Amino acid sequence: MRRYTPKDNVQKKAKYTDRFWVAPQVPREEVEEGSFFETVIDELKSNNIELLDFYVELGQLVIHIKPEDNVKTLKTLKEKSCFKMCSELSAIDYLAQDGEFEVFYQLLNLDKAQRARVITRIKEDQAIESVEKVYRMANFAEREMYDMFGIYVNNHSYLKRILMPDDWVGHPLRKTYPLQGDEHAQWYEVDKIFGKEYRDIIGPENRDPARVDRYDTQRFARVGHEVPFGADPELVDKTDTPIESRYSKTFLTDYTKGSKELENRR
Amino acid sequence: MAQHQVNYASAGGLPVVLTSVDHLINWGRSNSLWPLTYGLACCAIEMMASGASRYDFDRMGVIFRASPRQADVMILAGTLTKKHAEFTRRLYDQMAEPKWVISMGSCANTGGMFNTYSIVQGVDRIVPVDIYLPGCAPRPETLQYAMMMLQQKIRRESANMNKNQKQRFI
Repeated sequence: MRRYTPKDNVQKKAKYTDRFWVAPQVPREEVEEGSFFETVIDELKSNNIELLDFYVELGQLVIHIKPEDNVKTLKTLKEKSCFKMCSELSAIDYLAQDGEFEVFYQLLNLDKAQRARVITRIKEDQAIESVEKVYRMANFAEREMYDMFGIYVNNHSYLKRILMPDDWVGHPLRKTYPLQGDEHAQWYEVDKIFGKEYRDIIGPENRDPARVDRYDTQRFARVGHEVPFGADPELVDKTDTPIESRYSKTFLTDYTKGSKELENRR
Repeated sequence: MAQHQVNYASAGGLPVVLTSVDHLINWGRSNSLWPLTYGLACCAIEMMASGASRYDFDRMGVIFRASPRQADVMILAGTLTKKHAEFTRRLYDQMAEPKWVISMGSCANTGGMFNTYSIVQGVDRIVPVDIYLPGCAPRPETLQYAMMMLQQKIRRESANMNKNQKQRFI
């Protein structure tokens, strides 16, 4: 007999769940012998850099290192293996899973058209050394990383928020940051422009796009039951008589039938 | 002898137009609405198109000004971020009275599809809005219609700005 499922909230539940679903993973390949990536790995090893892991993923070399070695590794990769360009630098929030951030540096070798990714993991309260001296683009990228994740970068020339305002509280790209903002974010513009005492006057943000306030006499909330603009909300219910439509009768002409209106126009 | 001065009294009528001062002042105000050049996002493209020759705002007396001191209308065209809200309010305060605000597009009206932490959920939290113009993005004709609605609104108002203080909290 089929297992009974309560039918009262069927719409809330997923109709179909795949019990055998496996999260898709990008296949990891070994570094081929004699390939360009092997010379890169050899170069790093000869410079006494401890590699925690390395493999090829989608034709790109991925190297896991310790966070202390990041400047040394990138310097070696830039000078010895000719990865002249750092195309991206940021972090991923794995605090919930592992209690760590993953900081990654995406590098590009313009001569060989090869890409490499250097990955390191740091704890929440751990700072990382700036690679600004190696790649100039790290100046902005590390500021963004600090802004979005709150990862502190040592020896950065100008570590300041880059996207959010300077007096913002919180780091929006962390998984724990609510999408619609914490209390500080929701009142940010009101607090800044008018002051906190104006919160009561302006009121909370309307996050429901379909909300209709029937006591709002200023903003078309009462279509068909209009009252004078800005009328006292107390009087709304008393004057709740629908006003007859004031449309021109020409608009209501039924053009399928012959009519005087239509003939007049002709 | 040639008479250089017209003698109105004998010519059958005095050069007098009878109207109220309100009508006269509002006629002047509503027929030369100068908006502030203030585009925030993609709605600004439509606003620029309205000002350009094809849709031609100039024929309505609407000429974009690059300074808030010379502007009467603020067309808030596009997404207003919370970081920028402060400066929008400052520009509004710098405009001389009388001044009006058109909120153009869904983002300016309600935050639109940006139901996020960094976008102001409706510019009426910052400045008092006179005309809400829906659309994403509204076409230039729609903006022209909004401007005509604003003209009608101004013509209805009293010329004395102290009299028609709207229920302005902000």
